[in-house]
Amino acid sequence: MESQNTSPAPARKRTQVADVDRSMYDFRYDDSDAQKLEAGLTPDIVREISQRKNEPQWMLEHRLRSLEIYNAMPMSDWGPSIAGLDMDHIVTYVKPNTEQKSDWDSVPDNIKDTFDRLGIPQAERSYLAGVGAQYDSELVYHSMQKSAAKMGIVYSGIEEALHGEYADLIKEKFMTLITPHDHKFAALHGAVWSGGSFVYVPKGVALDYPLQSYFRLNAKGAGQFEHTLIIVEDDASLHFIEGCSAPKYNVANLHAGAVELFVGKRAHLRYSTIENWSKNMYNLNTKRCRCEEDGEIEWISGSFGSHVGYLYPMSILAGRRAKSSFTGITFAGRGQNLDTGCKVVLAAPQTSASVETKGISKDGGIQTFRSSVVATAAATGSRCTVSCQSLILDDRSRSDTIPAMDIRCKNVDIGHEATIGRIGDDKIFYLMSRGMSEEEARTMIVNGFAEPISKELPLEYAVEMNNLIKLEMEGAIG
Amino acid sequence: MSNTILTCQKLCAAVGDKPILHDIDLSIGQGEVHVLLGPNGAGKSTLGHVLMGDPTYDMTGGSIEFDGQDITELPPNKRSLAGMFLSFQAPVEIPGVPLRSFLRAMVEAHGVQMKNKQFKQRVQELAQQLDMDPAYLDRELGVGFSGGEKKKVEMLQLLLLQPKLAILDETDSGLDVDALSVVSRGMELYRRDCGGTLLIITHNTRILERLAVDCAHVMVSGRLVDTGDAALIDLIDAQGFERYETQLEQA
Repeated sequence: MESQNTSPAPARKRTQVADVDRSMYDFRYDDSDAQKLEAGLTPDIVREISQRKNEPQWMLEHRLRSLEIYNAMPMSDWGPSIAGLDMDHIVTYVKPNTEQKSDWDSVPDNIKDTFDRLGIPQAERSYLAGVGAQYDSELVYHSMQKSAAKMGIVYSGIEEALHGEYADLIKEKFMTLITPHDHKFAALHGAVWSGGSFVYVPKGVALDYPLQSYFRLNAKGAGQFEHTLIIVEDDASLHFIEGCSAPKYNVANLHAGAVELFVGKRAHLRYSTIENWSKNMYNLNTKRCRCEEDGEIEWISGSFGSHVGYLYPMSILAGRRAKSSFTGITFAGRGQNLDTGCKVVLAAPQTSASVETKGISKDGGIQTFRSSVVATAAATGSRCTVSCQSLILDDRSRSDTIPAMDIRCKNVDIGHEATIGRIGDDKIFYLMSRGMSEEEARTMIVNGFAEPISKELPLEYAVEMNNLIKLEMEGAIG
Repeated sequence: MSNTILTCQKLCAAVGDKPILHDIDLSIGQGEVHVLLGPNGAGKSTLGHVLMGDPTYDMTGGSIEFDGQDITELPPNKRSLAGMFLSFQAPVEIPGVPLRSFLRAMVEAHGVQMKNKQFKQRVQELAQQLDMDPAYLDRELGVGFSGGEKKKVEMLQLLLLQPKLAILDETDSGLDVDALSVVSRGMELYRRDCGGTLLIITHNTRILERLAVDCAHVMVSGRLVDTGDAALIDLIDAQGFERYETQLEQA
């Protein structure tokens, strides 16, 4: 029965993809009046987005409310400067959604070259390369969905899911972990979000292989304001990979996505990401997870691209003995200011959290590790360890560590350690004396430094991450 | 002997403002075994590092010719590719890089065509010959290795690369008897497999017992003060370096 339900899905999806693309494209033309674009975000524009997506009334109301909050809220005044982001022309940041349709030929040469050298999985590359390739990419998605669907797992576009079986559940959960009041970009997201995934894993269902968001990223064209909502019910488990963001290379400027994860009792979720945005991107992404009793969230996070990044996945350990681990790496090269880290709220007894991060800065890049650990009055018997290692590759670059702790109960065990270092000349000489060039030597050392993170990634992503490091070390990505 | 593999002329080196090596003249023939002896702090290891191109030291004068090529200006990797090898007294640790991957990268850097299977086999075989637990191949390079294990890893690299000239910098220091015999075996294998040239830097002559030494050099206070045949080793064993030091002081 279930497989019958899903088997027509690819065809439907393919049509839908085309529709979405076209309508977004049309949308741009409809609003081609430049003055209107310059006027910034208006309720009319938001209404139009909602209408084109054929959304339920509550979502339209949510968007309009978010827009009000957005307009009323001041810009944050901490962290890397986002002055380069022209918020008065925010519509022009919405608009690039429509340009995701760009064909491979319009992708700048250096980016194409990068793809080639990255060895991005063929399916994905060929999707980018043209229409025919969409098919390949979809097959990947479909085959996964088919076997997963037999277990009752739902994995679909979130817009589509708003009209599906779990519409009420989505209404109940949507933007409750990340509310429009959280910060200005969360409010913006609430107003203009577009695209993204919905995943539902029923009680007791364990998926042995990861779900990947490859296809979705390509197809949506939405990208910049995508909303991901994942619900893992009690005793269920899932590994979700937020795929290679390379297809978004051609999209510029602002990414303000939101990821909301709900992990039930004794449930387990691993959420892996490699973010590799183009280097003119302001990546102001928000990710949160709520874990119930004995639930566990594992974050694996690699941040490479972006001009400016603010990224602090947050774990709210709401149930007794809930667990969180965060493993992350950030690489800031020339012209990059990446402010990353994570937040943990220990909000129940005997919860535990561990944070292990690596930061690398090079060519004048600025890499900041920022963490927030909060132990509420209810957190008796909880513990949290934070470990942060940074590697500075030259004199022009910078690494900072900003750990914050807010402990409101006794009998908790919170630890923090940070080291900042450089590559020893002796190591480089050693490797060079074995025939490697200086660049190869440095790359090997940096890859080794990143190894604790890459070993947590699925093989293809680990390879990709190593390749990304290699490219960064060569300075090949402009 | 026949061809000369290494010639230093008037080699001078310093760290910052501090001169360490003075007018070193050294000539090593292909396939020969040379020993560089001297008290602690004489500059022996510095010479080994300078020959390999360690940027810690400034070569302030003279020239180095290796295998018919002037390598004075070459970076360490080019010297390695030309066939020079330095076994480190204190090999480094590279966290996160498995020994096997490092060896693979080294072989690849040298442009050696070796299929994966072949490489695996060769490394396994060498580990066995050197009494090395193959489990070490999957461990991070140098991390948590004992002194003896680190030296075995150096010997393994030597045998894998089969360079034209191997400079062994105090490879014997701090080793127990078992490790010492493994290092000796490594040197023998190197000689047997490719007839390579050795420059052994040591202040302990024990490691030389099983080798036919062609030439011994004595370094004191950054100068080569004596050169002779294997008999010189016995002489120094008996008398130490004191007379050279006295001579230098008087000069």
